[in-house]
Amino acid sequence: MAFNQELEAITQAFSGHGVDEKSLTTILGKWDPLERESYRKQTSNFFIEDHERQFQRWNDHCVRLLKHEFVRFKNAVVLWSMHPWERDARLAKEALKKGPSSYGVLIEIACTRSSEELLGARKAYHSLFDHSIEEDVASHIHSIDRKLLVALVSAYRYEGSKVKDDTAKSEAKTLSNAIKNDEKKPIIENDEVIRILATRSKPHLQAVYKHYKELSGKNLEEDLNDLRFKETVQCLCTPQVYFSKVLDEALRIDVDKNIKKSLTRVIVTRADIDMKEIKAEYNDLYGVSLPQKIEETAKGNYKDFLLTLIARGG
Amino acid sequence: MATLVAPSNHSPKEDADVLWKAVKGWGTDESAIIAIMGHRNAAQRQQIRQAYHDIYQEDLIKRIESELSGNFEKAMYRWILEPADRYAVLANVAIKNLNSDYHVIVEIACVLKPEELLVVRRAYHNRYKHSLEEHVAAHTSGYLRQLVVGLLSSFRYDGGEINPILAKIEADILHEAIKNKKGKLDEVIRILTTRSKTQLKATFNRYRDDYGYSLSKKLLNDASDDFLKAVHVAIRCIDDHHKYYEKVLRNVLKGVGTDEDGLTRVVVTRAEKDLKDIKELYYKRNSIHLEDAVAKEISGDYKKFLLTLLGKEH
Repeated sequence: MAFNQELEAITQAFSGHGVDEKSLTTILGKWDPLERESYRKQTSNFFIEDHERQFQRWNDHCVRLLKHEFVRFKNAVVLWSMHPWERDARLAKEALKKGPSSYGVLIEIACTRSSEELLGARKAYHSLFDHSIEEDVASHIHSIDRKLLVALVSAYRYEGSKVKDDTAKSEAKTLSNAIKNDEKKPIIENDEVIRILATRSKPHLQAVYKHYKELSGKNLEEDLNDLRFKETVQCLCTPQVYFSKVLDEALRIDVDKNIKKSLTRVIVTRADIDMKEIKAEYNDLYGVSLPQKIEETAKGNYKDFLLTLIARGG
Repeated sequence: MATLVAPSNHSPKEDADVLWKAVKGWGTDESAIIAIMGHRNAAQRQQIRQAYHDIYQEDLIKRIESELSGNFEKAMYRWILEPADRYAVLANVAIKNLNSDYHVIVEIACVLKPEELLVVRRAYHNRYKHSLEEHVAAHTSGYLRQLVVGLLSSFRYDGGEINPILAKIEADILHEAIKNKKGKLDEVIRILTTRSKTQLKATFNRYRDDYGYSLSKKLLNDASDDFLKAVHVAIRCIDDHHKYYEKVLRNVLKGVGTDEDGLTRVVVTRAEKDLKDIKELYYKRNSIHLEDAVAKEISGDYKKFLLTLLGKEH
């Protein structure tokens, strides 16, 4: 390979999700000192030229970012081997610590897991952190989201399929009225909306979703202005659409490091649950297959690991 | 300690035979039913139910329901049910009259240990095809709803760790909120519905040390609405449920008429647990034995059955 092609290969090896360990070993590993100096001089976004002292130094910020990329594979492996309960408990704790931008993860865990899986996560949380998840959520969140979030993490929904259609219809109407009255009484403070979303069974909520569409012509989450409620409805009623959207956002170039982490989280937590349906939904929504997109955007061991997880179960 | 007197060995088949003889044909031999069922623990009762079903091809409970009547039937029905199922039935009965009986739901949510409450919630799913929270939420509103649904949804950390600084902070919050009656009721709900019982007891003790009187004494005089009354019940159940049950019994047995449902509920749910401790407390407080007080107020087979559960040999 000519040096310019090798340069390009190394630039690629360091971009995207994860790093291409193989290229780094075979190419960077064999470069002599002059070639490595050439690399530093020609990679101005990683290296800063110190003209006064005649050398090129690493940009500290880039070193920190690279650390995240190298460790992406390790994090995926550790998360994958964890018991699902411990996994969800740790993800919840991390989301709480990170603050409001990560509260969507709390909603994701509370709403996409089965009743028994969520219960298991709550038990694991006791064991790991000596507190209940609801007590930490309630005492750390002081914003207006608190009521909804505490209610969602505390839910132990009926898991059977029996649904009272009349009740679903009337609750769709209740939601419709609450949305129309949003100006006077903000939805996020509406106890009836929280009651319906946090206590009803998922089959019941899907019936409510259906009746809402018949009533107003739109999907429930389209009419909800509040981000948290949108996420809640998506996770409860159309989880595969929700996950596809999270994956799409995570797979873009140059995303925020928290959003980038969603890629590992979604694939590891859904590989054994509904990855097949998510792949199908992703394809419908974005016209490209998920494995293909990951092939393009992820690198090295991390990429291989994700593709293996996604390929399980067909 | 329990008041129930049950033999360590029994033959479910022989017991089932005796019960069959007691119910077949014209009339019912109530004494025989009391003599057997009044002296069997939960595990033994389930074995008898199973043996009865295997031999006579019918459900013992349904048979008893049709043979007995009145308060005696209600008590025997609840007694034969498995504990978790029993609490589910009691909760459902209370929900039908939630305006006056919300204290029963609070009692169940606060006296039971976290794992026991979970089993009751599962039993409720099985029996009523809905979650307990969803039914309670649909029949209450405002602060009372938030409190009761929160108490039911909690899965408290069960460990012994106490944070004394937190106890002080939260004792002060409770003091402020109850003094002003309007301010910060959300915080009262947060504390009571999410903290561990050990932490709450430390908080209640801190309140007593700092303010000179106990929280429950303060609420006894100041509870002006259903919400504060429910808070009062919750605090008493969490702090010392023996004292709470003694008071319930005292109220049931004094004055004009008797609340048989309340009497049945306490005796049937506690006979195998700690009715003996409650009896001792009752005697200390009222200088009359609980059995004697009960004997004065009720009559017939209902009286015979309750006295048997209370450990009285006759």
